[in-house]
Amino acid sequence: MKYETIIGLEIHVELKTASKMFCGCDASFGGEPNSKTCPVCLGLPGVLPVLNRKAVELATRFALALNCQIAPYSIFHRKNYFYPDMPKNYQISQYDLPLGVGGHLNLEMDDYVTRIGITRVHLEEDTGKSIHVGGSGRIHGADYSLEDFNRAGVPLMEIVTDPDLRSPEEAREFMQELKGILEYLEVSDCKMEEGSLRCDANISLRPVGSEDLGVKTEVKNMNSFRSLYRALAYEENRQRELLENGGQVVQETRHWDEDSGVTSPMRTKEYAYDYRYFPEPDLVPLELDKDFVEKMRGTIPELPAAKRKRLITDLGLPIYDARTLTSSKAMVDFFDRGIKAGADPKKLSNWMLGELSAYLNANGLDIGDIRTTPEQLAEMIHLIDKGTISGKMAKDIFEEMLNTGRGAKEIVEEKGLLQISDEEELERIVEGVIQSHPNSVEDFMKGKEKALGFLVGQVMKETEGRANPTLVNQLLRKKLQAGKD
Amino acid sequence: MELCDLTAWQGMDMVSRGEAKVSEILESVLKRIDQVEEKVRSFITLTPDLALRETKRLDEKVGKSEELGRTGGIPLAVKDVLCTKGVRTTCASRILENYIPVYDATVIDKLKREDMVMVGKTNMDEFAMGSSTENSSFGPTSNPWDLTTVPGGSSGGSAAAVAAGEAMWSLGSDTGGSIRQPASFCGVVGMKPTYGLVSRYGLVAFASSLDQVGPITKDVRDCALLMSILAGHDPLDSTSLPGEPPDYLSSLREDIRGLKLGVPEELWGEGLAPGVRACVESALRLLEELGAMVEFTSLPSLKYALSAYYIIAPAEASSNLARYDGVRYGYRSEESEDVMEMYSRTRARGFGQEVKRRIMLGTYALSAGYYEAYYGQAQKIRTLIVRDFQSAFQRFDLLVSPTSPTTAFKLGEKVDDPLSMYLSDVCTIPVNLAGIPAISIPCGLDQGMPVGIQFIGKALDEATVLRAAYSLERALDRRFLPPLIAEAGES
Repeated sequence: MKYETIIGLEIHVELKTASKMFCGCDASFGGEPNSKTCPVCLGLPGVLPVLNRKAVELATRFALALNCQIAPYSIFHRKNYFYPDMPKNYQISQYDLPLGVGGHLNLEMDDYVTRIGITRVHLEEDTGKSIHVGGSGRIHGADYSLEDFNRAGVPLMEIVTDPDLRSPEEAREFMQELKGILEYLEVSDCKMEEGSLRCDANISLRPVGSEDLGVKTEVKNMNSFRSLYRALAYEENRQRELLENGGQVVQETRHWDEDSGVTSPMRTKEYAYDYRYFPEPDLVPLELDKDFVEKMRGTIPELPAAKRKRLITDLGLPIYDARTLTSSKAMVDFFDRGIKAGADPKKLSNWMLGELSAYLNANGLDIGDIRTTPEQLAEMIHLIDKGTISGKMAKDIFEEMLNTGRGAKEIVEEKGLLQISDEEELERIVEGVIQSHPNSVEDFMKGKEKALGFLVGQVMKETEGRANPTLVNQLLRKKLQAGKD
Repeated sequence: MELCDLTAWQGMDMVSRGEAKVSEILESVLKRIDQVEEKVRSFITLTPDLALRETKRLDEKVGKSEELGRTGGIPLAVKDVLCTKGVRTTCASRILENYIPVYDATVIDKLKREDMVMVGKTNMDEFAMGSSTENSSFGPTSNPWDLTTVPGGSSGGSAAAVAAGEAMWSLGSDTGGSIRQPASFCGVVGMKPTYGLVSRYGLVAFASSLDQVGPITKDVRDCALLMSILAGHDPLDSTSLPGEPPDYLSSLREDIRGLKLGVPEELWGEGLAPGVRACVESALRLLEELGAMVEFTSLPSLKYALSAYYIIAPAEASSNLARYDGVRYGYRSEESEDVMEMYSRTRARGFGQEVKRRIMLGTYALSAGYYEAYYGQAQKIRTLIVRDFQSAFQRFDLLVSPTSPTTAFKLGEKVDDPLSMYLSDVCTIPVNLAGIPAISIPCGLDQGMPVGIQFIGKALDEATVLRAAYSLERALDRRFLPPLIAEAGES
């Protein structure tokens, strides 16, 4: 029997607000443990939450970008469960009346487009962080635990998709696209390694043609797009083998282990709760009027899909280039600025996807970390176009630019790297090379074109690569031709 | 009569006329505490040094002809459910036995700006759950009128302290009658404001949708004065109502001619002690003589108020009290093997019987499969109650009832019978469910024990409530001073 894979994602995004969801504490990542806390986010007796306006704005903007309907009236609930990193032992979250519902995202795969439904977008607060010392590193069997509440109360947005994804590839692509949208909207930093973008998945299989959903498992602890893909591929195989051998899938939560590359059932104690949801009495209903929603709609910038389309149709970039450039907002912003500074689109793209990406990868950097500006790169490309520097020289110059943040012109001038295009000077050098390589000259005279290349190389060597190769070629040919005649 | 037996405004008058120093009033209060506290046990924590330091500062202010803040430095007691920075706040619970808050509740902050002199933190039922102040891990408080009876609860310490002159006014909190019922039992005035009128920030939560802070005072004028200080929007409390509250002192007119008073039959029925009935009836006659129109009426949904309350309040409490887990502050059971054991031992030992009973009730009511049948149903009742009150207020300016069906009962009498204890709040609970204001003032004695009458107003109409209470108080023209005070004077 052939099986079809059904995947739905539950994504948590930390919102990029200055302060926490319900108090004024700094919401930024890290810091001395428990330094970004106050009575409210520590859940001291008597405190009350006050909703962060910015968080509502960001979530609304995002929900609109995903074509959701914004609820004119939504409320917060309490989700009750005990865990040491939850200061109040309940999480303030949205439940049956979320902020946004019924959206969708069109997913562009290599050779088809598929529409992924967005069930809901809602707001909630993050928990603190536990470090369990001793044992396996989980709370059970630990000697003791340390709690850091800096993250407690940081605004979180939860996004739940319909079960519309049909493969681990689609799931990964969806997350890529979602990350792009989040970045373009400046809603989140989307740093998976810092936990500001997290994802759980529900996966089940069913016979092709069946309308009913099969028994699903929930997979947790996937910390990168790669591990999302690997975990789902693993789980897909595991379920298929079970079904093909007459077995049954057990509905359960499974933990992905990155190192061993397998999923395993989580202890029921680690996740099974009756959350006893009820409306949060300390907050008033969230009422968003039309004006607010339209104002938020007006702040939505060009999103990745539209941008990709523009790069392909208007600027003539290949699909691959467009997709890669638009996969990160910082990248495409850099590109856009380079274009604005007058760079040729394809050349700019080549430099960014080639030298620049290699440099970033080699040094473990983000494009946001470098000092070189898009205008500087555009200027460098311009210098190549003008023939002031050669493409070969440019590679070294670019690296120097990236390392120092200085401009191409400055480097070129300081190091005397300007290409030698002065004909008189070059003529002198060419003469010299002809004098000292009579054998090659003779070869050329006999019709060996290759010998010319050798001679050009000699001139370049003499000039430490600074000679304008086109000019050298012309000069050599002219001189040798003259000798022939 | 000692200085401490004056009302707060009388004390302020004396200070402003130069007839008494702020510190002399405090000394009188501290002396009274010395004389009676052993018997009454109103306080969990006394703060005389803090109070003395404050009065010294205030006397200096007076000496320099500077105006005092609106509390006039008149000694005030605070229910131990309000967070006071640097002063232990226990909620009468073992689990917070040594808990010292790092911040002041908004109401405390407001009072401090008005030159508050706080004499101590008063006893209460643990986490404000109870009607007798017997559910305190620090032991019960006695009613100053009869030391073998309860002061009511949960703000029993705050009511007893004011009745005994151990404080000249106090703060309580009222979730289902916790200000009004003890005020009634102790012969003092107690008001529960409209929900959202007084900030809850720093009030340790019992049932968030019902809790309100309010004053307990010797007369209605003091009540109006304290209300004027407490009321007002607080950006730290999302349920706090916007807008500036009025000056309630200006509502104290002796004029209730034409005021329409409704008496809900549902608050006038079974369980009502004959002596209480007689007292309240004679008060109603007096109100009629003053020109008010009194008429019986029916709010049918009030029959279900107690049942709805004992779903909603415990449900919210079960969640509000989840934070007392031994992880970050408060009592922790040390000899546990793992975190689950630490939770259960800490909470088993840290909480008292009644608190645990309500946590279990509330947890059950919110459980999957039961939510709709219990919590959902209770919320519907609550909506009906709100509507019944709304339609009653289309016909009446105020509703009137006994505050509690009985006078103070004996210590120990109802400890093992929670249901009969719960009935003590049958007249006050509907008011919290509807979020509207109500006051209890003493209207007579039944066999030597005070009887309270309750005036209920529409939302944010504290002014009319105060006006009616003030008019009745003036017409009764009688101070309710417990015999204990006379004895204290003799010794």
